[in-house]
Amino acid sequence: MIRSILVVAVCMFVLVAASPVRVGYEVGDTVADFKLKNTDGKMVALSDYKEAKGAIVIFDCNTCPYSKAYNNRIVALGKKYTSKTFPLILVQSNDPSISPGDSYDEMVKYAANHGYDFPYLFDETQNVAKNFGATNTPHAFVLKKDGSAFKVAYIGAIDDNAKDASAVTKRYVEDAVDAVTNNKAAATTKTKAIGCTIKWAE
Amino acid sequence: MKKLLTTLLLAGALTATAQEQAKMVKLPELQELITSTGDNIKVINFWATWCAPCVKEMPLFEKLGQERKDVKVTLVSLDLDLDPDPAKVHKFVARKKLQSQVLILDEKDPNSYIEQIEKTWSGALPATIIINSKTGQRKFVERELHEGELEKLIAEVQ
Repeated sequence: MIRSILVVAVCMFVLVAASPVRVGYEVGDTVADFKLKNTDGKMVALSDYKEAKGAIVIFDCNTCPYSKAYNNRIVALGKKYTSKTFPLILVQSNDPSISPGDSYDEMVKYAANHGYDFPYLFDETQNVAKNFGATNTPHAFVLKKDGSAFKVAYIGAIDDNAKDASAVTKRYVEDAVDAVTNNKAAATTKTKAIGCTIKWAE
Repeated sequence: MKKLLTTLLLAGALTATAQEQAKMVKLPELQELITSTGDNIKVINFWATWCAPCVKEMPLFEKLGQERKDVKVTLVSLDLDLDPDPAKVHKFVARKKLQSQVLILDEKDPNSYIEQIEKTWSGALPATIIINSKTGQRKFVERELHEGELEKLIAEVQ
């Protein structure tokens, strides 16, 4: 009896140890709907955007130097695409007990100070970041509407130069949005970039 | 006056040491460090001065390098990705009196080099590779490490 319990325990341990560390969407996957609290106190769901052709979801925060470097470019993305047809949705998933500068109250201030006229949502349970497989801030996902579902068209960096917006040669997110709008596949569907980790609850 | 001169000289010497200690490298040199064979365990940590969890876990790497003669610790700064001036890294190395080897990666396009360093790496910092340079066995972690975890990871490649 004790032996079989031990065997089961060992098996479970092996299973846990062998399970992949990271899960998340790949390009082409359907995104599960989410509903999170915006900085204006209202709830925003992906499924609210019934007329959209797609969406840009960026995992972002107040505190990461990369998020700061990209802030003007993110605000510009929000201005470039109309919220009805291609909304920009920022999601903040850092655990505020680890990163106090990313609390809901700080998000509200940050959104006001930086003129956000797009949703900046608080992913308190971190489940949205986990579902997406977001790891960094800013970590961008371009979604394409397929029937009533949103499918992933692009995952990765906003562009190819974090430190210097004027030296950018590849605008990955804008290119992916243009491709989705024109019913084409994005030329680049996945990129990697240096960045801050999402601060997971311990 | 003499005292001031001595101080200035000393300060200069300190900065010079930090600069020597934190060498700028290109990707091929870093890849060579990763793939070279030998008898030791290589622990290569990717960090940046702006990365709070990186700075927090750094004493663990410093301690490991001093305690284990069979382990070679290298701290690879990715600061240049956001700031072209390496001065911040030099100051950090001098201020923290880092004993481990520090390299500053001098490359432009992260999207091309991240994958060449480690396929599963998203690019988030901190990240650490542990390699048994005899067998080539390696472990990769993309998060902050806590007390005792490095020793466990090393045991897993031994």
